[in-house]
Amino acid sequence: MNAADTSFILICSALVMFMTPGLALFYAGMARSKNVLGTIMQSFVMLGLVSIIWAVIGYTLAFGDDIGGFIGGMNFFALDGVGMDTLNSPADNLPHLLFMVFQGMFAVITPALITGAFAERMKFKSLLIFSSLWIIVVYAPMCHWVWGGGWMGERGALDFAGGAVVHMSSGAAALAACLVIGKRKGYGKQSFIPHNLPMTLLGAGILWFGWFGFNAGSALAANGVAANAFVTTHLAAAAGLLGWLLVEGIHGGKPTTLGAASGAVAGLVAITPAAGFVTPMAAILIGFGGGIICYGGILLKSKFKYDDSLDVVGIHGLGGTWGALATGLFASVGAEGLFYGNPEQLWIQLESVICTWGYCFVVSWILLKVIDATVGLRVTEDEEIIGLDVAEHSEAGYQL
Amino acid sequence: MKKIEIIVRPFKIDDVKEAIADLGLRGMTVTEVKGFGRQGGHKEVYRGAEYQVDFIAKTKIEIVVEAERVPEVLEAVRNSALTGKVGDGKIFVTPVEEVVRIRTGETGPDAI
Repeated sequence: MNAADTSFILICSALVMFMTPGLALFYAGMARSKNVLGTIMQSFVMLGLVSIIWAVIGYTLAFGDDIGGFIGGMNFFALDGVGMDTLNSPADNLPHLLFMVFQGMFAVITPALITGAFAERMKFKSLLIFSSLWIIVVYAPMCHWVWGGGWMGERGALDFAGGAVVHMSSGAAALAACLVIGKRKGYGKQSFIPHNLPMTLLGAGILWFGWFGFNAGSALAANGVAANAFVTTHLAAAAGLLGWLLVEGIHGGKPTTLGAASGAVAGLVAITPAAGFVTPMAAILIGFGGGIICYGGILLKSKFKYDDSLDVVGIHGLGGTWGALATGLFASVGAEGLFYGNPEQLWIQLESVICTWGYCFVVSWILLKVIDATVGLRVTEDEEIIGLDVAEHSEAGYQL
Repeated sequence: MKKIEIIVRPFKIDDVKEAIADLGLRGMTVTEVKGFGRQGGHKEVYRGAEYQVDFIAKTKIEIVVEAERVPEVLEAVRNSALTGKVGDGKIFVTPVEEVVRIRTGETGPDAI
């Protein structure tokens, strides 16, 4: 066990935990005021729900003994054998419990990311059922494939901190979700104007801050790789912010604060799979590309007429995909990409992109269809008009 | 007695308030309101999606005065709220039947 690494990852775990309430604010500011609490709650509740599921069964499915490259065994069920020492820990420098909880924070935020796609219209009960099942049948296998000794990692796919596991998976599930649940009432006719952008900007700031734990912490050690990941993360966010503003200006608009926040998040998403594998200068290109590509991503929904309320597909799906491919282009630290003489890596990355999208989209779609047919996904039309705050939670965000 | 409802640009509210106070009138009710007239709305853009916002923020002041004071109030308000561009607002004057001061029970002009 390494004391420096242990203390660093303890702090990183707390940083990643902080991202989920940050995401809640980021999303809630973009919702309408009658849905502010409903939107916050859809993210915040994951801190309760997923934390428990992860400790009981999610962790062992992701990191238990490999079964056929697809899923982990039940040897760590209910944290059996997951203790204060490094025994059986996938990271032999960290207490096994610490590795488990660090991974658990990633599991918490991932289903919270999906909630942006069906914001303002999903039943709370159905959200709990969907998220619980999704962690078990989508997230845990994905996590196993990439980090738990499964086939994707064995094939050599590079995913430093969760481009596939967290962002592409949530983006693909988000696409399935907004197709299955349908558009919000009045979408395309009424104005869906964000009710509190300062809240969204605060949320984006918290996300950026927490992302240092997410990416630098994914080095799983207090070392140079962590420092590199910290710097690449920061520069990619910075470049994403500027890239988005630039393309907003070219597209005929003014630089918006929501654009700055969205661009920073796009840059952060894009650098996530690459953070430990690329140089700081490559990170600027990846982040800048992320800002521009994700701006294009948010325009897709009006073109294809689906209501991805808070742009999960456009930002996390496309940003994660760009990041995964960019890792295959720019990797030069501890791995080589196309630009460093290894075209094979880009091919492996493309394969991981296709399999991640395919698996996560199909399984999420089936889950959602089954829940829709049994308990129903959507609140009633009246409840949607009243807003989720009163209809689903019997409270209001603002009293005046 | 007359009630004067004044709708002005929000940034003019302090000027109008002082102009009314300078006439020796005490008390007013102020509300933040939205609406539209000839000025028309404006465009807002959120993540590339354009929205036409028709209702513009204005500030409404309500005061009640004795009938003979109406002309000087109108004059003072116009002078203080004027920019000369479309959207300066409107003033409505309506009769008031009765006024009661809740604390003392006084009625009529004494209660204003």
